[in-house]
Amino acid sequence: MSLLYDILVAPFVQMADAPDFLAQVLWEGFVSGILYALIALGFVLIFKASGVFNFAQGIMVVFAALTLVGLYQKGVPALLALVLTIAVMGLLALAVERFIMRPLVNQPHVILLMATIGLTYFLVGLGELVFGGEPKQMITTELGLPTGSTEIPFGERGVVILQHIDIAAAVIAILMVAGLGLFFNRTRIGRALRAVADDHQAALSVGISLNQIWAIVWFAAGIVALATGIMWGARSDVSFALEIIALRALPVLILGGFTSVPGAIVGGLIVGIGEKLGEIYWGPLLGGGIESWLAYMIALVFLLFRPQGLFGERIIERV
Amino acid sequence: MLYREAGQFKSTYAADQAIFPLRQDRIGLFAILGLAFIAVPLLADDFILDAIAIPFLILALATIGLNILTGYAGQLSLGTGGFMGAGAYACYKLTTSFPEANIILLILLSGVFSAAIGIVFGLPSLRIKGLYLAVTTLAAQFFLEWCFIRIGWLYNYNVSGAIDSPERNTIGGLVLTGPNASSVTRYIVVLAIVALITLLAKNLVRGRIGRSWMMIRDMDIAAELMGVRPLIAKLSAFAVSSYICGVAGAMFVFFYLGSVEPAAFSITLSFQILFMVIVGGLGSLIGCYFGAAFIWILPIFLRNGLPMIGIDIGAENVVHLTSMIVGVLIILFLIWEPHGLARLWQIGKEKLRVWPFPYA
Amino acid sequence: MTRATGEIMLDVHNVSLRFGGVKAVTDISFDIRKGEIRAIIGPNGAGKTSMLNVINGVYHPQQGTITFKGRVRKAMQPHQAAKSGIARTFQNVALFKGMSTLDNIMSGRFLKMHRNFFWQLIHLGPARQEEIAHRRKVEEIIDFLEIQHVRKVPVGKLPYGLQKRVELGRALAMEPELLLLDEPMAGMNLEEKEDMSRFILDVNHEFGTTIALIEHDMGVVMDLSDRVVVLDYGRKIADGTPDEVKSNQNVIDAYLGVAHQEKSR
Repeated sequence: MSLLYDILVAPFVQMADAPDFLAQVLWEGFVSGILYALIALGFVLIFKASGVFNFAQGIMVVFAALTLVGLYQKGVPALLALVLTIAVMGLLALAVERFIMRPLVNQPHVILLMATIGLTYFLVGLGELVFGGEPKQMITTELGLPTGSTEIPFGERGVVILQHIDIAAAVIAILMVAGLGLFFNRTRIGRALRAVADDHQAALSVGISLNQIWAIVWFAAGIVALATGIMWGARSDVSFALEIIALRALPVLILGGFTSVPGAIVGGLIVGIGEKLGEIYWGPLLGGGIESWLAYMIALVFLLFRPQGLFGERIIERV
Repeated sequence: MLYREAGQFKSTYAADQAIFPLRQDRIGLFAILGLAFIAVPLLADDFILDAIAIPFLILALATIGLNILTGYAGQLSLGTGGFMGAGAYACYKLTTSFPEANIILLILLSGVFSAAIGIVFGLPSLRIKGLYLAVTTLAAQFFLEWCFIRIGWLYNYNVSGAIDSPERNTIGGLVLTGPNASSVTRYIVVLAIVALITLLAKNLVRGRIGRSWMMIRDMDIAAELMGVRPLIAKLSAFAVSSYICGVAGAMFVFFYLGSVEPAAFSITLSFQILFMVIVGGLGSLIGCYFGAAFIWILPIFLRNGLPMIGIDIGAENVVHLTSMIVGVLIILFLIWEPHGLARLWQIGKEKLRVWPFPYA
Repeated sequence: MTRATGEIMLDVHNVSLRFGGVKAVTDISFDIRKGEIRAIIGPNGAGKTSMLNVINGVYHPQQGTITFKGRVRKAMQPHQAAKSGIARTFQNVALFKGMSTLDNIMSGRFLKMHRNFFWQLIHLGPARQEEIAHRRKVEEIIDFLEIQHVRKVPVGKLPYGLQKRVELGRALAMEPELLLLDEPMAGMNLEEKEDMSRFILDVNHEFGTTIALIEHDMGVVMDLSDRVVVLDYGRKIADGTPDEVKSNQNVIDAYLGVAHQEKSR
């Protein structure tokens, strides 16, 4: 009975007792949820346009951040380093299009997934070879990002601490999603992109260049990765240890569906907040550290009941 | 000796369905087995046995385990490391609970536990397919990894959090495991187990059950209309695959590493085994050996071989370089030969058959 | 014809199937008698394939019943349908692409093989004998369909016409009582169609297998079948012998088209 009490009642009592702490937890969950959503967003971009499950998206986040910091450490001014990093992500997109996408077009999904796992290994090796494996400090102030924090009174005597960088992350994420939405719906390239997502061959037949579109989506995903990397790097160190966090963004995709932008955002928030709540209020029961798999379990159970994800349509199999 | 099938006529279906219908292949197999069981133990030094031969065989076995699930039954798994760990921890608990029991039996038994876990994590495969399933197998990986770290009971509440291989004898007093076991003994035991399981796996994949896996892999709806029950086909593939991975994991601890921390069974190991499957060839048992040899020996070559020919790149850079080279190789293999080294092997044999003519 | 008056093997009664708001099949009833060749025809999108999918349990109809060999089935799974003796070929060839011709046809023997996991593991004695006995049966089918020369070729490499033939062989290996053929001659040239027609007739005559056939080639349908059911927009518009169907006004309208207002549905 006491176990049931611990699971079903005690956490909620705890929440009610310290509402300011709860608010703090929710805020933290919200921010990491946004970052998960950003990783998932880069992923959705690529999957929509090319059907590639880009396992390397998480590594691209780390790689972008590492390139930025690494260049800065080698004496390049911060803003120039940012421009150069964007250029590097552009080169990466071109290389991926030329050396992975083009030769592997029309292969089964699983083959393409494994190719991106290969890409993951390549990028890890390359990043560490060039910039070294030791953890680095993100150049937050040099890029003009805020670093302070604000305390907001909450309830009778509690306070909630908001890191400015977290607020900036939220704002940038929202701008990014809005920008991508405009790009998709209002521009010529965006339309072409949606056409490719619907049907490769039909798109080809009306004169859309697949290769160009792929390079563009990988570049866009690279930019999203860079933004994510800066935000994430500012909250902890920059190193390939971040890779594990990127892996944690995958359940977001299961929840949201591989092709849905709103799904990525809502899924990201569910995972981010659910994970924090679970870890803080239920984690101690299990000895802690449940963050590493909780999101997967939530996603797994969810999938059993709704295999098509939050926003996906039910697929009818035809024979 | 020429590699020709000329003059070897099959007059029964039994002869046609043998594992090696060609006489030359049978001779080759016996030569390899003779080499492995007799020549290697006599000639190889401890470094070759400990650092190359033993881990190669164990990883080849794990590769067979994953290949059955991914290559034969078509269910991509990224949780191999977790299932191997499950076997290893099960064996550790078993042998510390029953110190008198024969360690080889316990190793073979510990696979049953990983098979059970495999079945549980295989259940979602009934509703979830393809890439979604691949992602959900990560749930198994991370959950099991967490168990190995957080559940003290699994490692008998050691302060270090690691599990060690205790010393165990056979009935004859030969030391099989622990620090005092000789390399040759461990090598022979590993070789015997790996060879036996490979044979059993071959029998499975060429029979009714193996065919049901491939049916599900190639066209699941058609398979169902021929009477295959997806529940049984998929879960049996998960069970057999995890059993083999579990045995490989147990041997990984007891015959190779001697002592492991939970990190040994991380997602890195899962990927390593997956790479072996890809490089070796999806849906090929012999390819598992090629893949394991390739992926395991490449870094050793880079570390030890390059300095020998005068190129020194530093120990740390070897790790990074290996990672890059493996990554590139994976992509190249997927582009050029998605069926891996096994396919190249087959093409080579075909060429040899018609040699010296370019085609038959 | 006497054959069309045999006992009723499969009875489809008032079956309706919807996907969300889309009605695939509406209130259809017909029967298939033992030993006959029954054709299901109709324009594209008439619900023919959906009807087959309902018969072998891929889809479950919202309304109506299906009685097979005197037993009413409720929400039967495809593998249960296979067990009760229904085999099937597909509109778009659904062979097991990674396997050889031989293995594909052997896969049709799946339900006939019973040796358990442990016999399979050692593959000696009973399991081996079983495998060989079924190989013999499969070789008979290979002979029958004249595909000996591609026995060990992966089916993905075969030309389309041969793939269709292997698929028929795979279905025959199940020794079905009712064989459903979904456009067995789609995309074939005249010669291949003649071969396939011969095989279908042989199967019906020699093995006594009851056949339900979907086909667009009217010549083939009229020649082969004993009775024809015609679907249009998911409804049955005619049912009878080829001659009766040929002269039915509804059928002529459905195929040649009539002005839309006149169609009062």
